Amino acid sequence: MSLLLDALRQAGALLIGGDGEVWAVLWLSLRVSGTATLVALGLGIPAGVALALGRFWGRNLIVSAVNTGMGLPPVVVGLFVSLALWRSGPLGFMEILYTPAAIIVAQAVIASPIVTGITLAAVQNVPAKFRLQLLALGASRPQMIRIVLREARLPMLAAVMAGFGGIISEIGASMMVGGNIKGHTRTLTTAMVLETSKGNFDVALALAIVLLVLVFLVNWALTSVQQRGSAGR
Amino acid sequence: MTGNDQARSVLELVGVRVQYGGTVAVEVDRLEVLEGEILVVIGPNGSGKSSLLRTMGLLEPPATGAIRFKGQPVDPRGVLTARRQMASVFQDPLLIDATVFKNAALGLGFRRMRRADLAPRVRPWLDRLGIGHLAERRARTLSGGEAQRTALARALVLRPALLLLDEPFAALDQPTRETLIVELGRILRHDRITTVMVTHDRGEAMSLGDRVAVLMAGRIQQVDQAARLFRSPVSEEVARFVGVETIVDGEVIAAEDGLATLNAGGQRVEVAAAARPGDRVRLCLRPEDVSLAIREEVAASSSRNHLTGTITDLLAQGAHVRVTVDCGFPLMALVTRRSVEDLRLAPGSSVVAAFKATAAHVLPRA
Amino acid sequence: MGDRSCRRRAGGVGLALLLGVCLVLASGSAVCAQGVPSRTLILSTTTSTQDSGLLDVLVPMFERQTGYTVKTVSVGTGQALALAARGEADVTLAHAPALEKKYVAEGKMLNRRLVMYNDFVLVGPEADPAKILGEKSAVAALKRLAEAKARFVSRGDKSGTHTLELGLWKEAGITPGPPWYIESGQGMGATLGIADDRQAYTLTDRATLLAFAKRVALRIMVEGDRPLLNIYSVMEVNPANGPRVNAAAGKAFADFVVSREAQEAIKTFGVAKHGQALFVPVAGKKDEDF
Repeated sequence: MSLLLDALRQAGALLIGGDGEVWAVLWLSLRVSGTATLVALGLGIPAGVALALGRFWGRNLIVSAVNTGMGLPPVVVGLFVSLALWRSGPLGFMEILYTPAAIIVAQAVIASPIVTGITLAAVQNVPAKFRLQLLALGASRPQMIRIVLREARLPMLAAVMAGFGGIISEIGASMMVGGNIKGHTRTLTTAMVLETSKGNFDVALALAIVLLVLVFLVNWALTSVQQRGSAGR
Repeated sequence: MTGNDQARSVLELVGVRVQYGGTVAVEVDRLEVLEGEILVVIGPNGSGKSSLLRTMGLLEPPATGAIRFKGQPVDPRGVLTARRQMASVFQDPLLIDATVFKNAALGLGFRRMRRADLAPRVRPWLDRLGIGHLAERRARTLSGGEAQRTALARALVLRPALLLLDEPFAALDQPTRETLIVELGRILRHDRITTVMVTHDRGEAMSLGDRVAVLMAGRIQQVDQAARLFRSPVSEEVARFVGVETIVDGEVIAAEDGLATLNAGGQRVEVAAAARPGDRVRLCLRPEDVSLAIREEVAASSSRNHLTGTITDLLAQGAHVRVTVDCGFPLMALVTRRSVEDLRLAPGSSVVAAFKATAAHVLPRA
Repeated sequence: MGDRSCRRRAGGVGLALLLGVCLVLASGSAVCAQGVPSRTLILSTTTSTQDSGLLDVLVPMFERQTGYTVKTVSVGTGQALALAARGEADVTLAHAPALEKKYVAEGKMLNRRLVMYNDFVLVGPEADPAKILGEKSAVAALKRLAEAKARFVSRGDKSGTHTLELGLWKEAGITPGPPWYIESGQGMGATLGIADDRQAYTLTDRATLLAFAKRVALRIMVEGDRPLLNIYSVMEVNPANGPRVNAAAGKAFADFVVSREAQEAIKTFGVAKHGQALFVPVAGKKDEDF
């Protein structure tokens, strides 16, 4: 218990005291996971909509793949992305291994199936009759999709939170493709692992608290947006 | 079939077949919707009414056939343009989670109308449908009737060349339904809005329809002016559906001056019909057209037919009572509760059933 | 009904996104123009080397001097050398002589040079149930441990430390196993913690012990024996191992690490913090000298 209190105190000291390294690590985590979430949204939302509204051969196969992808262990993704980004790999020429860009790629791969799966469910949940009604009022397909997504905004924002939450707290992929290089690819989670392995449990706990607070603040902001105007449901 | 030949055709279906996989849902040789008319399509559940309406609304392409909108064939690229001159309202109002105003303005938004231009266009329609005071209310707080009024406003504000309604009042309670039917009818007639309405309610068809089409098992059995359809159904199936309850075998024994005398169930019945002696027919009678009296002399003298019989069943139905009389054949009559009380009708009572020759209708018997 | 145009639009959006993603990735990458040698090099080393903190001194020194940027990848010894063998690194710094010699023999690594050594010590609980305190020979001490069935915690993770430990058991002719022999599968710091907790013996490098001195109550039982020396060497990666091996940069780092300036820095590393140096610089010496 005293360890926890020490850690809380240390967390405050680290942040307020302006420990440059902690802020750098925090900012990197936020930047990397935020970018990866945006990429995942950009890929996942259109994919989810296409799967929900489309009827094509192999659709069920792809939906199963998406559902499997939702539960992929991050370290597995990290391994496969490493293989691709290695010098000897197909994307080796980009030379982004052990840079934040590599972590963004791996995290985007982790988050995309989550966003796709939730979008798919959210759009399927809007009754087909509703879509028909929109078309019957003169909506073009893009206009119809826009309204459907707006009607599904509650689960959609849940998708954002799930995607972001899943990747800001993952370690496996960040370690493998980032390399935990100080000042360069050291994120909150990889720093935590390092400090733990060194035995600096108090620092590790402090970082953990910083991470929890960060995730909570982000979710609070997103929840406010999600629940706006939904009171009295 | 009939209709003013000078009225323009808004929508025309020729040789249209709607299929789902291998099953044919609707097959229409020719159906035309004329400008300014209200065409009601009635039929039992599962007859394909909704499929037909969706095809007319260009929401589902038919498997085969041609559709002409305002005289021009509709080609795949022009579907959205054509559809934007139509509007639909379904049984479920299907409003978006926003205010009543935003819902009503939805279609205008699809047509890229500027924000500033919306209010002057939308508000009058909200007022006309009696929901002007609800403009800023959230859609999910509305009652069923208010929601459906919003859906109607949403469609009418688009000034559609063709308005399509799919059982819009089916989910509402009786009083709301009756009020809305009257109000809607008034608006449609006043603005001369070309409308196709699908319903399974005969009463709505009678009140609103200029022409009525009967759809059964995917095929149009009869399209006629409302009154004529109910008076003179072309087949037994249609007859039953439009409310003819007494259908019995008969044989023409004499015919003169457009008046045929039949032998039906041992009784002599006179019907205003063109028939020849020896024709085998089916006699059709609507229960509303049959009146009951206790004694012959009291029976309405303007009716040519007075049949004596015994009451076998009395079934209360709302404000009326359905009386089954056995007068050689089972005859249905619909009388008011008051009459039942006044005449002290009961099973076993002897009554005289009277109906006019013009009220009866004959169908050929195979 | 507009399906085809919608699909085309969706495809266009997807393509735009893919391009956007590529741009994001490119913005994070180094210059990758063909033919221009990269100013970045990848050093693959072990976690214990990184954890000692020495690299935090040497790497910036090297970067300042040469202008290269060093990406230090610290993983287990096996992985560090395997990555280099695939050409995924340019230079290695490890402490597993047997394994290193194997790679040199295979031609995967070039120019193996000794850099420094630190030593391992056998530590144990104050109570010393196996009575090995002061024993000169590590192997003999281990034999006594096995006989007494005293608890021993091993790294168990194929690290340099673990490899050395297994070598000692082999020489003692003992195959250690449960219940007195525990494998932690973790780093040195965590393993020390477990040993302290379970009042067990363990093999550790002096540097980690010094770093953890205040946290654990373990005592040095055996030290100074030749097999306990942990020799670090630097090796350059053969450019033939894979595409894009930065041989020039690898050589520059290897040369630096055995240079007088680096060796001086190694000699004084740790004195300020722990009162004694953690490493002994031995550039120029050969294996046979030990």
